[in-house]
Amino acid sequence: MNLHNNPSEARAYTRRDFLNSSLALASAAVTVPAFIQRSAYALPKPAWGMSSIPGVPEERILVVVQLSGGNDGLNTVVPFLDDLYYRARPSIALPREQVLELSGRGVDGVGLHRALAPIKNLYDNGLCSVVQGVGYPNPNRSHFKSMDIWHTADTTGTGDGWLGRYVDAECVGYGKGESGTAEQPAGQTKAVEPPVAIGRTAPLALMGRTTKPVSFETADLFRWTGQDVHEDLVKPYKTISERSVPADLDEHSTAAFLMRTSMDAQIASDSIRRAVAARPLVQYPNSQLAQQLSMVAKMIRAGVKTRVYYVTHSGFDTHSGQGGPFGRHANLLGQFAEAIQAFYRDLEAQDNAGRVLTMSFSEFGRRVAQNASQGTDHGTAAPMFLFGPMVNAGVIGRQPSLSDLDQGDLKFGLDFRSVYAGVLEDWLVADSKVVLEGSFRPAKVIRKA
Amino acid sequence: MPLAPEDRLPANLRPLKPERFGYEQARHLLWRAGFGGTPEQINTLASWGIERAVDYIVDFDKIEYPSPAADRFDPDIIRPLTPDEQRQLRIARQTQDEETVARFRLRDQQAKRDDRRQMRQIQQWWLTRMIESPRPLEEKLTLFWHGHFATSYRTIEDSYHMYLQNQLFRSHAAGNFGELLFQIIRDPAMLAYLDNDESRRDRPNENLARELMELFSLGVGNYTEMDIKEGARALTGYTFRDDEFVFLENNHDSGSKKILGKRGALDGDDFVTAILETRACSRFICTKLYRFFVKSVPAEWKDIPRESREVITDLASTMLRSRYEIRPVLRRLFLSEHFYHDQVMNEQVKSPVELVVGAVRSLHTPVRDLNILLEAMDLMGQNIFFPPSVKGWDGGRSWINTATLFVRQNILAFLLTGKKPVGYDSMADKQVYESEKLLSWLAETDPSAARDPQRVVDFLLRLTLGTAPPTARATLEEFVHDHGGALGRDMITALLLIITAMPEYQLC
Repeated sequence: MNLHNNPSEARAYTRRDFLNSSLALASAAVTVPAFIQRSAYALPKPAWGMSSIPGVPEERILVVVQLSGGNDGLNTVVPFLDDLYYRARPSIALPREQVLELSGRGVDGVGLHRALAPIKNLYDNGLCSVVQGVGYPNPNRSHFKSMDIWHTADTTGTGDGWLGRYVDAECVGYGKGESGTAEQPAGQTKAVEPPVAIGRTAPLALMGRTTKPVSFETADLFRWTGQDVHEDLVKPYKTISERSVPADLDEHSTAAFLMRTSMDAQIASDSIRRAVAARPLVQYPNSQLAQQLSMVAKMIRAGVKTRVYYVTHSGFDTHSGQGGPFGRHANLLGQFAEAIQAFYRDLEAQDNAGRVLTMSFSEFGRRVAQNASQGTDHGTAAPMFLFGPMVNAGVIGRQPSLSDLDQGDLKFGLDFRSVYAGVLEDWLVADSKVVLEGSFRPAKVIRKA
Repeated sequence: MPLAPEDRLPANLRPLKPERFGYEQARHLLWRAGFGGTPEQINTLASWGIERAVDYIVDFDKIEYPSPAADRFDPDIIRPLTPDEQRQLRIARQTQDEETVARFRLRDQQAKRDDRRQMRQIQQWWLTRMIESPRPLEEKLTLFWHGHFATSYRTIEDSYHMYLQNQLFRSHAAGNFGELLFQIIRDPAMLAYLDNDESRRDRPNENLARELMELFSLGVGNYTEMDIKEGARALTGYTFRDDEFVFLENNHDSGSKKILGKRGALDGDDFVTAILETRACSRFICTKLYRFFVKSVPAEWKDIPRESREVITDLASTMLRSRYEIRPVLRRLFLSEHFYHDQVMNEQVKSPVELVVGAVRSLHTPVRDLNILLEAMDLMGQNIFFPPSVKGWDGGRSWINTATLFVRQNILAFLLTGKKPVGYDSMADKQVYESEKLLSWLAETDPSAARDPQRVVDFLLRLTLGTAPPTARATLEEFVHDHGGALGRDMITALLLIITAMPEYQLC
């Protein structure tokens, strides 16, 4: 016998193939296949003010922006009056004239990186809150562990995601099946759609015990194309992809998991592809983050009943060649700020800005001192940003001291779970003790009505 | 209802009884130790019996297959400037000869573009090799090490270094883990990826030292922050020049250190030796091998079910007895009853590579377009040579979400029919897939079987899923019946289209 496999033809890659495929990507969004017309899973009409939980305004939405890799907090919100800052960072510090000074009660000597000008503008208009010195005890400097800690809101980094737990616990009509849909009769309107992550992988933060997020990168591929080969294939395909888990199959088995996901996929496919096919109301920059936020804005506009969206902006692991006022880190911050600005312009144009709170975080900040490669190594506490007209605008919390360090690292002043608790209690109107599985004093990140 | 003792997952590596090695077991072995097999390959392994089948798979170096040549790709697209060029550039800068400076900058930009193109060619080359290799386990293990010592082109931007690293993994695929660990701290791609080339004697960069223990050998909890700091000192001076490892003595911290309980003027090799002498190492590697080849288990040791823990412990002793040889570990595993248990077979989610390579290898579809296959693998979450982070790919259920499930179905539709998924191109690939040839094994044993819808549906389901679930069988038989009962090429392809869209097709 021979295990050698001789495929008929392994066609060589040509540059033309590549160009063809990239060009096609841009124009494919117009295709609307016939099966989207099915009525059973029709998109519920937007009905703001209707509430699945008495007293909870259902229209409230949280968008999480993850800055992956460990964003350098000190070059994001800069303590430009502190000599220690300039001494620790001889070649990457921002000179005072490159810092956009923040004003406000009790705010002294801190400003935003020049690349964050669009955010400075939001700040000046009362649409941005900067939360200083956020971290947690015994900081972990592994990207993965620290990211897991932020995602689970647990300092061992184990367990379900905090937003998954929120949806599990707080959303009525949700959580019966794997994503709240499997055991509901077809045609019944769901109270809430699953959380949506734009990107290739589903973030741990959105993984609850029963909650599983929808995640996708390109909405055009969000359906089975085999049906285009022959219409007769639709019926057997639907029979097998929408069947429920047989009674003799262990519900914890991978096969059962796949069947539930398959069912969820059919349902999510309809409502989301319809939403994303629309044009954005404003122009977005070309960065990946901006494109992700543009999709989120379109889903919000279409009335997809998702309450939690998740987007990611990567590349913050600046061990070398980080740059100061300009360069790699500045570019990343610039993309972040411009994307947020476009997102809120879009939401304003939709008249939805008041419903949408956006929160950014990174798994850790970076060391105070720069390293030999004009970069910074993994550190600890860092600022978070919150955006939207409902935020308690200004600077919250104190800038961590640059003289009182823990082995060269900043000491945190505010536990990130207090920020989560503030968002849960005062924005999502949820019981933070249940969701966070612990008691954290809610940070005052949301303005009192 | 409690399981009968013989139905429980064995908590040891006792060998499978030879008479229990049949079609399903041979198929399982071909999938897990490779990328699936054709009906002919499955039946041949089954007829050989377990011992010969496992030897054939594991002792793959006995199968003739040339190693990739060092000059298969251009090593010099990305290269340091020659002393002569350095001088020219320096003079140009001093004399403000903008034209020359600009020429150098353009050359650099062109080199980066050429290199990205070469990286694409290397991706296609490896995908082709996985599809064609007569030694599937060698490529499977190369993929395992790529995920284990995950290094991304996106960071290092040197395609030839990625190629060299791929060769390193292949040459040690089933060899000695210790040797591989000594080599990895000399591997240019790894040294660049984890910044060790930037580490200085007076300011050690901790990235490589940390991941060497956390992700490559011991796991969290088996070392201290101090071990990382001291390990980083031991690794100073380990860097590369062009495509070669170099040890820069004057950038090495030769002072006394203490790593993992070992003291002295330790260097990188002593660091690796200290790791290999740590009890946690063999267990850590065997847990990863177990997760890759057998079944997904929780990250925390205490959360892993007892049966799996015992088996992993046993594999780890096998590994230690042979001083970190991989081959004896795999042989014991592939011969064990545990490996062929119901709770193991058809319970693993195929990785995107397994899905794509496995479909071509087991169904004999045309390859059609390597570029489209690579793009689809990327969308499914596995872009080879571009792992998402130094942690590699999480694997298991994390491959599956509502979005990747559609890409998985659609890339199979493309392989089977040439119909390009929306988002790529509206044109169909014209190559014909002679799906009816899959039935030739069935026809050889019994010519009437290939004309019997029940037999054909059963045969296709057992080939593609390993089992024939009743709902699927009924649905497919009805489909054949509704279309006149003829089993020509179009019907076989249609059946495969439906089967490969089934949730169960994602399992192996």
